[in-house]
Amino acid sequence: MVASFVSDVSGETRYFLYDVESGSLHNVDAAAFLVAKKRYSSLSDEEILSYSKIPFADVDEINAELDELEKQGLLNTPAKVYPLPCNGEIKAMCLHICHDCNLRCPYCFAKDGTYNTPKDYMTFEVGKAAIDFLIEKSGKRTNLEVDFFGGEPLMNMKVVKQIVEYAKEQTAKHNKKINFTMTTNGILLNEENRKWLNENMHNVVISIDGREEVHDKLRITPNGKGCQSLILNNALEFRKIRGNKSYYIRGTYTKNNLDFAEDVFYLNDKGFDQISVEPVVLPENDDLAIKAEDIPTVLKEYDRLAKEYVVRRKGEKWFNFFHFMIDLKHGPCVYKRLRGCGAGNEYVAVTPIGDIYPCHQFAGDEKYKMGSVLTGEFDCEAQKRYAGCTVYTKDGCADCEAKYYCSGGCMANAVHFEGDMNKPYKAGCSLMRKRFLTSLAIYDAENDN
Amino acid sequence: MKHIKTISNQPMKKQGGCGECQSSCQCTVGNQTCAQKD
Repeated sequence: MVASFVSDVSGETRYFLYDVESGSLHNVDAAAFLVAKKRYSSLSDEEILSYSKIPFADVDEINAELDELEKQGLLNTPAKVYPLPCNGEIKAMCLHICHDCNLRCPYCFAKDGTYNTPKDYMTFEVGKAAIDFLIEKSGKRTNLEVDFFGGEPLMNMKVVKQIVEYAKEQTAKHNKKINFTMTTNGILLNEENRKWLNENMHNVVISIDGREEVHDKLRITPNGKGCQSLILNNALEFRKIRGNKSYYIRGTYTKNNLDFAEDVFYLNDKGFDQISVEPVVLPENDDLAIKAEDIPTVLKEYDRLAKEYVVRRKGEKWFNFFHFMIDLKHGPCVYKRLRGCGAGNEYVAVTPIGDIYPCHQFAGDEKYKMGSVLTGEFDCEAQKRYAGCTVYTKDGCADCEAKYYCSGGCMANAVHFEGDMNKPYKAGCSLMRKRFLTSLAIYDAENDN
Repeated sequence: MKHIKTISNQPMKKQGGCGECQSSCQCTVGNQTCAQKD
């Protein structure tokens, strides 16, 4: 499969061919773009007219070049099917350290941090059982991950610290390594917490939606007040001590701010260089949802963001945008690409009462409960079902140019919005494809020498 | 080549499956580094 696309993120119009199966990217001239598009897919009426004006000698020359690339395995590479066994090992765990929150964001999938369950805080006993479960189920794998999630995890900081200390003892005994991460709304990110997180967390994600008026309209306290200035200050203080260790400022854009590039630039102007601003995921009838009619506006906004992104990355305002990062040289193996996050297979979430779910977005929905870290029961048959959910089984994914970078999309979104883990969340597909192709064009703009 | 310039031709890694790489969520798979190269 060959994807052909045009982009002007570099400041000039450029034409591209992307070979899906080999991962090769080619920059071509306008004539070669049309010849290749005619050869591998089809031309629009306007393109047929342009194609008819290309001299025959040029068409022959271009086809010879395309033949040569095919011979080298860099174009129109045939697809293969790879076996994907499930070995039952688990390597990553999301610990719902607290089902409570000090914010009331209306778009939150966790519903005030409770996941529609009674407010609850994980105890050290449950945390210990979760770490033991992870180490036992990790098999021969060395590198494991534990994410402290909520609700708001800083509301149960005492237990977070106890779990980390316990995990350090256990990993030393069992020859394992756990990278800890935390996702926080930043309200309780005081000096003491900043220092501890900086020393103990491999990655810290702080939620800020961007401009004060955007953030404070939705990310509100229980008494309805905004708190962006407090969180921004806490995040900036954390940034100062973080050095070159991993962190992300992570925002959500909604129908309210389809000009979300402004929020990305705002966060960058404030001094952050690791930024993710992502589309809200809500039912179409929600006032904040991004609707089908908004998609063209959003796609244009990604173009606007990309052009400025390329400019800023050349100077002092260099930054990473999560959805524009792409690794064409050292990316993961095809097995990882075909399965993606591994929810329910190699990644699970554990609630404050020790129940196990396929991922944090399924927490509290009894239909998807897989077991308990307290009793040790675990539904291996369900694990195999989740492991079997791959690019090969998902509707439309096998023929999509983004399949090896999207991995079939978010399973939770598929279940919640399409009713089936093998039916990708359609609203997300067009945005994913756009971000993927834009990332390729950015890669070209930055590696054109 | 006169009409085509190859920007990246690093073949996608077909062997592997060691599972030691970082977990991902939509790092994403797209910007992830293989554990054997990390």
